[in-house]
Amino acid sequence: MSEWWTYRPSDFLMFAPRTYYRLFELHNAEIWPLQILTIAAGLAALGLVWRGAYGRVVAAVLAAAWIFVAWAYHFERYATISTAAPYYGAAFAVQALLLAWFACRRHGPRFDQQAAPVRWTGLALLAAGVAFYPMLAPFLGRPWTQVEIFGIAPDPTAVATVGALLLAKDRIAWLLVLPLLWCAITALTLWTMEAPDAAVPASALVLGVAAAIWRNRSWNPTAEG
Amino acid sequence: MARAVVDRRAVLAGVAAGLALGLPSNARAQTGAPITRKIPSSGEAIPVVGLGSWITFNVGNDPAARDACAEVMRAFFAAGGRMIDCSPMYGSSQDVIGHGLRKLGSPASLFSADKVWISGGARGPAQIETSRRRWDVPRFDLLQVHNLLSWEEHLPALLRMKADGRVRYVGVTTSEGRRHRDIERIMASQPIDFVQVTYNILDRDVEARILPLARERGIGVIVNRPFREGVLIRQAGRHRLPAWAAEIGCSSWAQFLLKFVIAHPDVTCAIPATGNVAHVQENIGVARSGILPDAAMRRRMAEYVEAL
Repeated sequence: MSEWWTYRPSDFLMFAPRTYYRLFELHNAEIWPLQILTIAAGLAALGLVWRGAYGRVVAAVLAAAWIFVAWAYHFERYATISTAAPYYGAAFAVQALLLAWFACRRHGPRFDQQAAPVRWTGLALLAAGVAFYPMLAPFLGRPWTQVEIFGIAPDPTAVATVGALLLAKDRIAWLLVLPLLWCAITALTLWTMEAPDAAVPASALVLGVAAAIWRNRSWNPTAEG
Repeated sequence: MARAVVDRRAVLAGVAAGLALGLPSNARAQTGAPITRKIPSSGEAIPVVGLGSWITFNVGNDPAARDACAEVMRAFFAAGGRMIDCSPMYGSSQDVIGHGLRKLGSPASLFSADKVWISGGARGPAQIETSRRRWDVPRFDLLQVHNLLSWEEHLPALLRMKADGRVRYVGVTTSEGRRHRDIERIMASQPIDFVQVTYNILDRDVEARILPLARERGIGVIVNRPFREGVLIRQAGRHRLPAWAAEIGCSSWAQFLLKFVIAHPDVTCAIPATGNVAHVQENIGVARSGILPDAAMRRRMAEYVEAL
């Protein structure tokens, strides 16, 4: 790309905001009533993380969410308006594989991080991804049909995953890389569209990075299960 | 954006009301055939306002949005428009244009302008053929090398296509002032028919060298981003249109900004992109107005907007 320094984020935005949000409307209509299942799975994951139990189930739910978003949203839907979507889909598929590996490890993952700031940040982000995101569209004046739901749309899936992984007992900061990267990409996309939604993934990014750094500094290897 | 939409709709409503009441107005002058400019290399006349498709026509598989774009095209052709410009870089826009053309029965007046945008000359022909199938046209009227990507390889291939009768015109494009030295070099050395550049009331770099060179070399000029993707309309829309805008038949900022561009004698066609029927009618309406600002008035227009 010549004269790359002259390009701005808006130069890469190739669709209108109404087209972007309409994608969710079409996507939701096509896969209905799968949303009920993914919300239930997300809430179940939230409950399990709260109790610090069944870590394998939590990781498996996250892995399933990422692979479904990779295929049904990025490859099948977003790719119709974004040339970058197949790359996003590939990244989501890689994250799904990593989470599946995490779920299948011999000792199994544990989501019972006890350090208070990290624990509450993780729970808040997980709850935001699962329970808050479906209310975002109507809160911002868009119709219910355009809601973004955990396991269906990428943003709530990534935010919830950042939250859950912050609570993991294991030292798996690298598992956070792709979810945080997606938070950055989608925040930039929404900011370029002048959409107020940008604040949510941007906040998740800042909180996620800060909590991960805090956790890493206070990590005690002898406490790992 | 909302402000601009309201303003433009209000203007159009006013025009309709004026026509219904038989009242004289500036808008009444916006009737009849659009102003045309001759393509220097052939003498063929084309309307000075065309239709861009960046962002606005990239609506994916959304059936309602595709039909809405087809209605924009219907209004464009009904008002006398001809040139529609697209690129393989514009996501689903080529497919959406093809959908519209099929729905409208492939209007004979279409002037199809597309681009080749791929690294390496070897892959150019396949991309052009894919684009042609998406448009569902027998051949393109104009093919351009998009943003000069691999132009050294693509341009000779496009010129061969022109010699073989597989495309009527050949050109190169850039946007937002990038690579103007390369553009000038190509204009001076290659037998191109068109150059596409960014030109608007605030981005006027091309006035210094590229537009005079186009006149000297007999190259048509297509203007992209005449509204800076709507930003100029939104920014100017916060201020009142000067009273003297009526002297040049302008009753909205969109008319004011577009008229500034098409009034330049070396501009062949401006291609504002829109997905809105009212906006495309207003854009073409500007080309149907017989009043264009002269050089002194254009300076006044630019100075006024710069001072806002």
